[in-house]
Amino acid sequence: MRKVYLDNAATTPVLPEVRQTMLPYLDELFGNPSSLHDWGDAAREALAASRNQVARLIGATGNDVTFTSCGTESNNLAVKGLALARQKKGKHLVVSAIEHFSVMHSARTLEKMGFELSLVPVDKYGAVDPAEVRRRLRPDTVLVSIMMANNEVGTLQPIKEIGRITKEHEIVFHTDAVAAAGQLEISVDDLGVDALSLAGNQLYGPKGGAALWVRKGVRILPQLDGGIQEEGRRPGTENIAAIVGLGKAAELAKDNLADRAKQMSRLRNRLLKELPPRLGHTDVTGHPTNRLPGNASFVTHFIEGEAMLMLLNSKGIAVSSGSACTSRALKASHVLSAMEVADELAQGSIVFSLGIDTNDDDIDYVLEMMPPVVERLRQMSPLYAKYVK
Amino acid sequence: MPIYSDKVMEHFMSPHNVGDIEGADGIGEEGNPVCGDMMTFYIKVKDNRLEDVKFKTFGCGAAIAVSSMVSDMAIGKTLDEAMEITPGKVAKELEGLPKNKLHCSNLGAQALHKAIDDYRSKQKGKGGGKK
Ligand code: FES
Repeated sequence: MRKVYLDNAATTPVLPEVRQTMLPYLDELFGNPSSLHDWGDAAREALAASRNQVARLIGATGNDVTFTSCGTESNNLAVKGLALARQKKGKHLVVSAIEHFSVMHSARTLEKMGFELSLVPVDKYGAVDPAEVRRRLRPDTVLVSIMMANNEVGTLQPIKEIGRITKEHEIVFHTDAVAAAGQLEISVDDLGVDALSLAGNQLYGPKGGAALWVRKGVRILPQLDGGIQEEGRRPGTENIAAIVGLGKAAELAKDNLADRAKQMSRLRNRLLKELPPRLGHTDVTGHPTNRLPGNASFVTHFIEGEAMLMLLNSKGIAVSSGSACTSRALKASHVLSAMEVADELAQGSIVFSLGIDTNDDDIDYVLEMMPPVVERLRQMSPLYAKYVK
Repeated sequence: MPIYSDKVMEHFMSPHNVGDIEGADGIGEEGNPVCGDMMTFYIKVKDNRLEDVKFKTFGCGAAIAVSSMVSDMAIGKTLDEAMEITPGKVAKELEGLPKNKLHCSNLGAQALHKAIDDYRSKQKGKGGGKK
């Protein structure tokens, strides 16, 4: 059976070149970078090289990159570490309503610790209005965190405009670029951000290698206590193999960014354009054009996402859904709710996240397989029966 | 490891008794308070027995498998017997459900029971009361 993996927002495969670069570090180059002998030297060298590769991807300098274990850790470190380092100045945070849970729940934890949290709403496309950010700033605001692109609906956020506002108010600005890194051109100076999270497993690197970039001179409190690894910002023995993999993945992403984005955007546009008419009663979610190259997301009326996902899986197609039934908590995606998509419609959420290997045949196959899946579930749906009547 | 048992997958992939019944003797509709999904059961009653049961479901894989299983379990049973079909029994017949999907089995049993209640109240209305 044909296998079509369109869930790259969950995680990407590891590129063969990336894997090759990692292998020696699981083998003879096993040293601890804190050690002062040859073994340690080799590991230290690898760390430094990876730092530069990651920095290059985002237009930064290597010294300001801290390695972590995953995007969630980077976001926890950023939100909590930046806010807590400034609590003498104030205890107010501003984050958007569509942040990843690793940002959202970090902010909620700070709330329990006495911080106040302002959520910035989004429009029907899932975009933040910079003016809405500005309106929420207060003299005691110490951190703004807005993601660069949303992982569920793909909408790009006006980071540059928000960066101008936070700069004007001298407020630290963090962006979660986990979904964006590797798909969008990033220059931290151009964006005007002070901290940025990214993760290797979203850009064809391994799980276990991620990073938080923090602008030089911006104070941050470590969220783990331990030694002086990563300048004390992230103590703990470094996962060298994963970090080396992240570095290589970042390098490949940087070198091929434009080609990858062009190819993915073209195929994404095919889905956005061709799928709704084939299915009927199907709406694109997120911004029609200003979105991640790899994201094509929809809501299909009258049916539920998990059932769609399972039937597609039986055809070899991997997707995801923001329906309540697919979430452990049985709540509709907070992103779709923030966009004021009705709960019933959000149930029909389906998200295709394309990868760098996705091709026209894959898209053809999806376009061919989707209509019977949807039709079958509609025939089962009491909502559809009511609609037809 | 798949989250669903083979039995759930079997019923999900080829559910039994999907559809509605023209001129059903009872109809039961139940909404899922947890995730907002919906099930409708249609029953045909003959001599106090469920001669036919059909369903329509807007919901997850588990909800569809549950509906199919409930309909299988109900057909041929007397109304009183069918009222004894509990979510627990349905889940057991399906070789278990993930914890967070147990509520989907409530939905199925309740929708069936509502259809039976609907039939009974109609009978009472007719004054015949052939209970
Ligand atoms: S119907 Fe929503 S979780 Fe089963």
